[in-house]
Amino acid sequence: MTGGQTLQAAPEVDPALHRARIEEAERRMHRSGWRRRLPQRGHLVLLPLSIIVVLPFVWMILTSFMTDTEINSIPPPLWPHHLYTGGYSTVLANSDFPYWFLNSLIVSGAAVIAQLVLCSLAGYAFARIQFRGSTVMLILLLATALIPFQLTVIPTFVIFHDIGLINTLGALIVPQLTSALGIYLMYSFFQSFPRELEEAGRIDGCSRLQVFWKIVLPLARPALAALGIITFIYAWNDLFWPLIAITSSHTFTVQVGLATFHGEFITHWSAIMAGTTLTTVPVLLVFLVGQRRFVQAITGAVKG
Amino acid sequence: MATTLDEATIAREANRRIRRSNNITGWAFAGPSVIIVLGLSFIPMIWAAYLSLTDSNLVSPGHFIGFANYTALAKDPLLRQAFTNTLLLAVMYLPIGLAAGLGVAILLNQKIRIIGFYRTCFLVPFVASAAAEGILFGFIFDPDFGIVNAGLQAVGLPRQGFLQDPSQALAVLAIVYFWTQFGFNIVIYLAALQDIPQEVMEAASIDGAGRWARFWHVTVPTIRPVTIFLLVWGLIDVFQFFDLVYTTTSGGPLNSTLTLVYYIWELAFNFFTAGYGAAVAYVLFFTSLIVTVAALAYGRRRRVTP
Repeated sequence: MTGGQTLQAAPEVDPALHRARIEEAERRMHRSGWRRRLPQRGHLVLLPLSIIVVLPFVWMILTSFMTDTEINSIPPPLWPHHLYTGGYSTVLANSDFPYWFLNSLIVSGAAVIAQLVLCSLAGYAFARIQFRGSTVMLILLLATALIPFQLTVIPTFVIFHDIGLINTLGALIVPQLTSALGIYLMYSFFQSFPRELEEAGRIDGCSRLQVFWKIVLPLARPALAALGIITFIYAWNDLFWPLIAITSSHTFTVQVGLATFHGEFITHWSAIMAGTTLTTVPVLLVFLVGQRRFVQAITGAVKG
Repeated sequence: MATTLDEATIAREANRRIRRSNNITGWAFAGPSVIIVLGLSFIPMIWAAYLSLTDSNLVSPGHFIGFANYTALAKDPLLRQAFTNTLLLAVMYLPIGLAAGLGVAILLNQKIRIIGFYRTCFLVPFVASAAAEGILFGFIFDPDFGIVNAGLQAVGLPRQGFLQDPSQALAVLAIVYFWTQFGFNIVIYLAALQDIPQEVMEAASIDGAGRWARFWHVTVPTIRPVTIFLLVWGLIDVFQFFDLVYTTTSGGPLNSTLTLVYYIWELAFNFFTAGYGAAVAYVLFFTSLIVTVAALAYGRRRRVTP
């Protein structure tokens, strides 16, 4: 095929046919535009689907206020006869749940603060400062995403056991101090961040750290919020490592505690669902408050 | 030309100083993160390779036994079962998970009202912990007290064993897992769909493409990189399937829900055969690595030849 042939082919198209095609297309676009003004048909699928998706959580909350007798009756009532709070008092008074909750708050809080500081520092350095070995280090950091935790968990346990961290909250905090994902998130944010402001700060005689602290970080709030939310959700929900690293009940996190409680209180579904509700509520609150940033972060990380 | 030489020397000196200060600040900023992340991944990874060649029982280092663990795992029926179960989960979940995610994303992409409400609803299961969700679904699918069996009975259908029935348990877990991951697939697909320029759709429409033609010839090829990402992500995630199993079936009944990671955890931390567990972990690592690289290579090939 040469260019000449395509050039010759063009005039052969009948102008009338061409115009008819455009009109047909316009009519089609118009028709879909007209359809759009009707009640949107997507809701017919989306509304029932979204309700089915949240229904298990609704059931969780409802049963947490039912008595075991209500739950065990066949068929169970769809609504608690009165607000029974015995399940909650069992969880809060007859188990170590308050400890678990507090431990989870400590671990997740420490993880969030540490990652905000360490990931933004590292992300900034990789995006802005040309230092020896920066490219190699960045590649190595990103390559760690390919190493599953299940591969490193056995030696990690042995190391933490040898330095006496096992069965302390420290064992849970240290692996969460920073993360390759967090560094990458901040790195890609700082790369798309205008340089001019920092250069102005540098000319005014600020050190790198001052520029970072006074100029860069305040402007990085959206990225920091996203990182904080993701870190909190991940740290709060983690089960695998706390299950391995913690052996005494007072040091459990909520997830490990809940799983253990579930095993001990078999068929006391009222109490189990109360515990499950209490475990789920904090993370849902954080998600609802920071939803926009959370969605931006997960979609941004994929596109980047 | 003494002055220019001096200027050159001064410039070189200044450059050297800038580079040195860059090295110092760069490492001061990135150093802590680099040490923690690399220290907690590459060192244990190499250590695990050594452990897999020993008969370590987790607390004592054990003796070097060469490749005995690897020859043993080739004949391990439980490992084969765990492998099959994990693959079955992927086969049951991935095609439906991606197709349903794309379908809902397309519905949400039609300038639909209350899109924020829908997105919140679909993302809630993705955000809540898998441990809590496992317990919740253990309750919902409980053969005696569960609401699902109550519903089945109400419409005159026989009650089911669900998670206590070896022939159903894995499928029930796949359904629960689908429910937890659904929102993530939707959100990622929705972002990809919103990136398709309106002009491309209009151009296709002018060329006479109907709804289906536009879907197959414009939408699907444009979002292929995202599909491959979700495929790789989904596979890696299925390979790490643990929390739901731990809080529902503990690998039972009759090992019908034993997954690779659950088996590794049992080997290392329940049976204290850490050396053997490390060998199984290496098999898991190489399998997921091969799958990831293959999918990425496939994605790249398809992008070059349209």
